Amino acid sequence: MAYDFKNSPVIDQVGIEERVARFNTRSIKKGSKVQALKLALNMIDLTTLEGKDTEGKVRQMCYKAIHPHIAMPGLPSTAAVCVYPTMVKTAKDALKGSSVKVASVSTAFPSGNSTMQIKLLDTKFALDNGADEIDMVISRGEFLKGNYNFVFDEIASIKELCKKYDTRLKVIFETGEISTLDNVRRASDIAIYAGADFIKTSTGKIGVAATMPVTLVMLDAIKDYYFKTGIMVGMKPAGGISAAKGALQYLVMLHETLGNAWLDNKWFRFGASSLANDLILQLEKEVRGVYFSKDYISVD
Amino acid sequence: MERIEVLKTYKIFIGGQFPRTESGRYYPLKLKNNMTVNVSLSSRKDFRNSVIAARGAFSGWSARAAFNRGQILYRIAEMLEGRKEQFLEELKQLGYTASSAKKEIEQSIDRLVYYAGWCDKYQQLFSAVNPVASSHFNFSVPEPMGVVAIMADESTALLGLVSVIAPCIAGGNTCIVLASESKPTCAITFAEVIATSDVPGGVVNIVTGNRKELHAHFSSHMDVNAIINCNSEKDFNKTIGENASLNVKRVFTWNKNWADENEQGPYYITDLQEIKTTWHPIENIGVSGIKY
Repeated sequence: MAYDFKNSPVIDQVGIEERVARFNTRSIKKGSKVQALKLALNMIDLTTLEGKDTEGKVRQMCYKAIHPHIAMPGLPSTAAVCVYPTMVKTAKDALKGSSVKVASVSTAFPSGNSTMQIKLLDTKFALDNGADEIDMVISRGEFLKGNYNFVFDEIASIKELCKKYDTRLKVIFETGEISTLDNVRRASDIAIYAGADFIKTSTGKIGVAATMPVTLVMLDAIKDYYFKTGIMVGMKPAGGISAAKGALQYLVMLHETLGNAWLDNKWFRFGASSLANDLILQLEKEVRGVYFSKDYISVD
Repeated sequence: MERIEVLKTYKIFIGGQFPRTESGRYYPLKLKNNMTVNVSLSSRKDFRNSVIAARGAFSGWSARAAFNRGQILYRIAEMLEGRKEQFLEELKQLGYTASSAKKEIEQSIDRLVYYAGWCDKYQQLFSAVNPVASSHFNFSVPEPMGVVAIMADESTALLGLVSVIAPCIAGGNTCIVLASESKPTCAITFAEVIATSDVPGGVVNIVTGNRKELHAHFSSHMDVNAIINCNSEKDFNKTIGENASLNVKRVFTWNKNWADENEQGPYYITDLQEIKTTWHPIENIGVSGIKY
């Protein structure tokens, strides 16, 4: 489909911020709150992406993904775990028989500074090990140089590979590095037209991670594409969302921008590690009527 | 032209900052000079925020060198001494006579210095190497309990507050204090003293409000490890005891005459400590020559 990415809509930053501020005034209490907290828990990609990751840590995290909080019956599991390609096999084994998916970062995550050949091998390795989803990063340097075709082509090549394995592709922009909302919108358009199943804000490896304004711009891009083609694309804000309250505000924004169809972990994910525990803390508060303590929740 | 005096807004003290209560409520308090103060009527959410701040500050504060905690407590005393005049004036507005105000502030300063001294000493007195009948080196040491919720003495503006905060933080705990409802202004000014004494934000949190409303929340929060009520309301204490059982909080009723010089001592510190005993394997006792 022909689309000139230089013509991506420009973004009214003040307007976006004001709209986000309005989402943050919604009050969600009681039954709706419990429902939203459980939904948020069910949308988490429980993540560990550290140099010090071990098989043991990944197995422990997988257990947590299936059973977020044993003491509370009826809790959903998280949507997926998100790990490095070398940990995919471990995670896949640990999650056998559960509904939790394995997402693997790839394409020389987090910098994306490598050759196309290595990026494809990196992705193929994860896919061969059984990854259900691939989280790729774009080449931010090329994007900032204005080399949009390069970015489009690299996404398209990875998508082609994923298609062979029937695996969904998430595309990470690292919005903290491409800075402006105009750039975020343009990157969204490029990724969506190149075949991304999900667009994702950040790697979680730099200071500026997911913010609500950035996410809103990306949701708008998804909305425009949907109206044009009828094809749904997923959204994954990642990094920096650690409080339940913040997560609920994202859900409000999602609901009011894209509607009910997207309120499902097939179309929306939180990339997070500590968010799960805060959601559990708030769920326990709703059930018990008193404020709960992290002393009673597993640390990882 | 006559100058209009700039008056202070009394807010609350959470995590080293001075927010207004999230509830937006206040209660009027008439002072002796016929001025009225609008005092924050804190809510359970202010308390919850305080607990989050106190929990966040706990690991850093309890890990500090004991001597350093002593230095900081002494620093609070220094700051208080420097602002004596302000406190004297404020106490008089709350109904103290000039001489009783002077006595209260001086006792408060002395009490801070007293507990500053204890910071790096109580551990030696209350630790022990224990004789055991196996090849273990066995020792017990006091460790801070964690987050302590305090409902301060209603009858004093400053001394009751200081007398409880000092042993609590001297032992490495962090706290949330509900100030005297009828004499809250001094507590907030004392928060300004704490904020400028190198006490890390969140170690001491001070809220103002109503005990009847807040005691149930103070005692039911699962992330609070101990609760101290310095007043003697029987039905409050019953609720506190029942709620505290939820997570087996330590409960203390310290309904004391804080002006009494005997109402200070290391036991106020150790009440808020847990004893940790460690069994450390060693070679056979007889062989290694250890005599425990």
